[in-house]
Amino acid sequence: MTRMLSLLRQVFVVLALPVVLLAVWWVTSAGSENFYLPPLSEILTTFGEVWFSGRIVSDVLPSLLRLAAGYTLAALVGVGLGIAVGSSKALRETVEPVLEFGRAIPPPVLVPVLMLIAGHGNSMKILVILSGCIWPILLNTVEGVRAVDEVLVDTGRTFRMRARSRLHHLVLPAASPQIFAGLRQALSLGIILMVISEMFAASSGLGFTIVQFQRGFAIPEMWSGIILLGIIGFGLSLLFRLVESRALRWYEGIRLAERGGSPSKT
Amino acid sequence: MTTVARERRTPSWARGLFGFVVFLVMLEIVPLSGLVPSRYLPPLHEIGEALGAAVSEAEFWIAVGDTLGGWGLGLSIALGAGIVLGLLIGSSGLLLRFTASTIEFLRPIPSVALIPLAVLMFGTEIESKLMLIVYAAFWQVLIQVLYGVRDVDPVARDTARSFRFGAWSRIRHVVWPTALPYVMTGFRLAATVALVLAITAELVIGNPGLGKQIATARSSGAVETMYALVLVTGVIGVLVNVGVRLVERRVLAWHPSVRREVPA
Repeated sequence: MTRMLSLLRQVFVVLALPVVLLAVWWVTSAGSENFYLPPLSEILTTFGEVWFSGRIVSDVLPSLLRLAAGYTLAALVGVGLGIAVGSSKALRETVEPVLEFGRAIPPPVLVPVLMLIAGHGNSMKILVILSGCIWPILLNTVEGVRAVDEVLVDTGRTFRMRARSRLHHLVLPAASPQIFAGLRQALSLGIILMVISEMFAASSGLGFTIVQFQRGFAIPEMWSGIILLGIIGFGLSLLFRLVESRALRWYEGIRLAERGGSPSKT
Repeated sequence: MTTVARERRTPSWARGLFGFVVFLVMLEIVPLSGLVPSRYLPPLHEIGEALGAAVSEAEFWIAVGDTLGGWGLGLSIALGAGIVLGLLIGSSGLLLRFTASTIEFLRPIPSVALIPLAVLMFGTEIESKLMLIVYAAFWQVLIQVLYGVRDVDPVARDTARSFRFGAWSRIRHVVWPTALPYVMTGFRLAATVALVLAITAELVIGNPGLGKQIATARSSGAVETMYALVLVTGVIGVLVNVGVRLVERRVLAWHPSVRREVPA
């Protein structure tokens, strides 16, 4: 019984503010005459009409597939190159300035550049996402591999672990928290790039559709698109955290233990 | 063993310089060799010429000023709001618990989702750019401040309470010093994000600035100028990163995490 109560209380704590905010939005916008701020009730009815009438397949799915393709490629290339660069001091010191420069270029400026090279199709958008997402993944992997405990690596050598199993059992796990930090940064960049690559030049996709609505002054439709983008951003970050917490469960355990041992931490 | 000896002799900056020179040489050779058509990637010296032509015009510097101005203003607003709200929410367990779900929901919403709204409300005025920058940068700051406040040593907090510190001096002498490293992390992340969003707004919405210049250069077929401006945004990005790290070192000079880096 007390368990039920504490569960109920938790649900209340989680839902209270969102419900209040939505209610305030609903009530204040109810009789809204403001053209740009239509009533929430209207936005929600439009939401169903707009997105569940085939647009999920024709616009949302292509966007998400492009994001998945670009992001996966960026992860593979970034982690692969990062391990290579991170394992060799000479190589790392040679390429680091170039990589830092590459990361410093704001990824959206790659959209016009890649449009020039790859045209307006899917490959351009995937390339944009790939070339924007790769930097945080690459640099974090380099940093993670570099920081692998030397004693660990030497021990592995002493026990004659092969390079391959050293990579698999020592280097990758040790670098994984850092790699995941890079992957997380890359995900939010990827969503941004997915949307703006479609705002520039596309005939389908979320970014394209939302801009079409805005240009046609279809305001409730536009709002429904903004909400959908929000839901997608939230959903993807939730998914990411699930994967991360599963992959890094051992690490969280260690960190918790360390914190318990010595509370001082920077 | 000779490799070890040689590693000692080549300083890291020399290697970095070598790597960068190779990168620049490749930018020159690859287009000239015909491997990549020069209408896609002009050789470096042509990009350099275009850059020379651009920097001699007032228009370029106005664009740089617009970009940096929007960046600085947006970043300041996000920092101020993030720090104040972060301290407020973080110091109250009740507020922290009740806002957690809302923050977790709002934070991952991509700020580019706001582009159509920003266009409708403000057009190409600076407000539309600020809206994107502030939304993106604010969460970075807020989350870090919340982490920082949570990290306050319970003993220090209880001590301050026993000494009957007022709310203000508790924040000033107990919470703030603990949270400051986190605030600086938030500042560093927010500075980068703010630059990305400033350029995005200029590219997509058409706010005046470097991003708009790049879009114009592309649509008028001035490929060399476009590449020159892209390199300029990279240089600005590097300067922002370096500058932010300098500020961080300065502000945290007293902090063990920075002091430790100084070789004894």
